[in-house]
Amino acid sequence: MTIVLVACGALLGVAALLLVIRIALGPTMLDRMVALDVLVAVVICGLALDAAVHRHTTTLPVLVVLSLLGFIGSVSVARFTRGSDDIEAEAS
Amino acid sequence: MTWTAVADVAAATCLVLGACLTLVAAIGILRFPDVLTRMHSATKPQVLGLLVVMLGLGLRLRDPGTIGLLLLVAFFQLVTSPIASHMVGRASFRAGQVDRDRLVVDELSEVLDDPPSSPFPHSPLQ
Repeated sequence: MTIVLVACGALLGVAALLLVIRIALGPTMLDRMVALDVLVAVVICGLALDAAVHRHTTTLPVLVVLSLLGFIGSVSVARFTRGSDDIEAEAS
Repeated sequence: MTWTAVADVAAATCLVLGACLTLVAAIGILRFPDVLTRMHSATKPQVLGLLVVMLGLGLRLRDPGTIGLLLLVAFFQLVTSPIASHMVGRASFRAGQVDRDRLVVDELSEVLDDPPSSPFPHSPLQ
């Protein structure tokens, strides 16, 4: 199970790094929101990996809360934003 | 080989597969050119990866009490992911950030150009 932990940890770490690069690049707020949604899913996968390797159930309620949190974040940003915080993307 | 060992191997396979699918989603989000294509990558591989990870966790824990919570997480992902993508795509379209030359079918513009055909003309979601 240690090999699984290391392999999955590396894959999820690379995924999180790519998503952080996309959040930094943007160019619009909605791009960042989509990437942030997937970043929350990466965190859920990481917590589930930890629970599976160490066979404990303490983080399972956190998984339920996180699975709703990303949804509420993107819906509120999509609903209440005027699209973009980036003038270049707005103009093009 | 007992059935618990088989379940552990299956769980490990599921966890690695789920992590790979999450990485695929992240690569898609970094490489794709605009919001709509990024949403495609953010919903399909990511939700499938999360479902596979939940399956792996359930196979590893083998505890009937936790299956309800895992099913709840999977259900929330399946229900909320299409709604969030729909809202993000609509907001992006309305803000004029969608490159219309790239679209194959553009049904939303026809609806927007013809507002009286809407059954709810004053709906805040329109």
